Amino acid sequence: MTTAMVKAEGVHKSFGHVQVLKGIDLEVKSGEVFCLIGPSGSGKSTFLRCINHLEKVNAGRLYVDGELVGYRQKGDKLYELKDSEVALKRRDIGMVFQRFNLFPHMTALENVIEAPVQVKGVSKAQARERAMQLLDRVGLGDKAGSYPSQLSGGQQQRVAIARALAMDPKLMLFDEPTSALDPELVGDVLDVMRDLAESGMTMVVVTHEMGFAREVGDSLVFMDGGVVVESGNPREVLTNPQHERTQSFLSKVL
Amino acid sequence: MTDIKKTDRPADTPPAGPEAIRAVPVRHYGRYVAAIVALGILGLLIWAFANGDINWGAIPDYFFNDRILTGVRETLLLTVLSMLIGIVGGVVLAVMRLSKNPVTSSIAWFYIWFFRGTPVLVQLFVWFNLGFVFEYINLGPVYKDEWSDFMTPFLTALLGLGLNEAAYMAEICRAGLLAVDEGQTEAAHALGMSHSKTLRRIVIPQAMRVIVPPTGNEVINMLKTTSLVAAVQYYELLRFAQDIGTTSGATVEMLFLAAAWYLILTSVLSVGQYYIERYYARGSSRQLPPTPWQRVRTHLTSLSSRKGVAA
Repeated sequence: MTTAMVKAEGVHKSFGHVQVLKGIDLEVKSGEVFCLIGPSGSGKSTFLRCINHLEKVNAGRLYVDGELVGYRQKGDKLYELKDSEVALKRRDIGMVFQRFNLFPHMTALENVIEAPVQVKGVSKAQARERAMQLLDRVGLGDKAGSYPSQLSGGQQQRVAIARALAMDPKLMLFDEPTSALDPELVGDVLDVMRDLAESGMTMVVVTHEMGFAREVGDSLVFMDGGVVVESGNPREVLTNPQHERTQSFLSKVL
Repeated sequence: MTDIKKTDRPADTPPAGPEAIRAVPVRHYGRYVAAIVALGILGLLIWAFANGDINWGAIPDYFFNDRILTGVRETLLLTVLSMLIGIVGGVVLAVMRLSKNPVTSSIAWFYIWFFRGTPVLVQLFVWFNLGFVFEYINLGPVYKDEWSDFMTPFLTALLGLGLNEAAYMAEICRAGLLAVDEGQTEAAHALGMSHSKTLRRIVIPQAMRVIVPPTGNEVINMLKTTSLVAAVQYYELLRFAQDIGTTSGATVEMLFLAAAWYLILTSVLSVGQYYIERYYARGSSRQLPPTPWQRVRTHLTSLSSRKGVAA
């Protein structure tokens, strides 16, 4: 229970001259729901993208399930991983994007079976059966044949969650999954995420939904300016923030 | 269906809502004038051609002549094969050009620079005369021959047109690949898909929507450009038509005949293009546009249902 699924030690990331992450230290335990909050530009999405190596870390160490992300260590030397090795590690990490990024030329069902069939070599029939279970689980069993353009934003995001789950990941990353949604559609997506959390999935969630963080979150980190300002139990941090910066941020969003 | 019937209600039954506006529409007198002028000019042209020194009867006589039909077949064959080389080469070059590898992207850049920068007619002549550079072709144990025997008019035409086309197709494909949202690549990578799988399964199918319309244009262009290969002794539609023209004395008539055949072929290709575009539009628009045939059918059924209401 206390094994770390994600472990960051002094993670730095810069784009050109702009330093986005200035030394992030944190630990996500296996099976917990870990919420990242903070103002836009604070680096929380960038950190999330570092976890599955969509962004390269410039300094520090980042581990997923005990293994270094993006590199292999031999002695005190680091070797960059080949693209195929990175891809192999990404199989186990599901990611849900703010803009859904469903494949528009495929139906909901085809979106979900694409990776298991193409990457893992699962048979189509088997993948389809599993995909239908997942679509049912996110409440969209009747939309299997619909193209993304025929679905609402909330439905698209739930298909995207099913697509990520189809690879049986050990870790799920959510990058502001409800920020692009109409307010009335947010609830459906959060319900699916809550259900997922209850099933014991390890989740790292970048979010502006403080209600979700308080109810479902096990840990919470407030980031600003590329550093972790405050962290702890979501209920404590959100109701009784210690740091001045956290207080002013929460007073604006709550 | 019920909706159609409601809106198609005869005009004498007043609508239930507020009274519909009945205004005198704006009269566009300019349109009538333009139509009359255009018809006048068309009439004059027809009159001029009809009274010219042209033996119109020669065109139907030779329209399905064996040699003309052979020419049509050769033209189509050359178009299809050159476009195949062009499309495959274009995709490969576009991927190379966008690759992170500096060697492949430079090679692609150089290829495009060269083949786009020289006239295709000049390239055809160069291929034809490469025997001055390479006396023999020697592929070790596989193939060995004198260049002039190896480089037949057909191969000259095919290479000249196809390799030139690849340079243009490369730019079209590159535009298509760049038009696909980066989030698509990220989503595919996040699922553990490799670069090549992502390209093949996710990016290229979406790029096709952008690639197909200009490619259709290129096919039609290619069909017409094949007439240039007459210069390297390859017999296709124009060359056969010209030959018949000189032997039968109906030179101009045979040119009209060739023009008519080219028009027919390009028209057929345009129809094909419409259906391919429709196929790649799936998923991007909520409802596919109806095919012309479907359009005709709905028109007919709405006509018959209107009759049914009247009766």
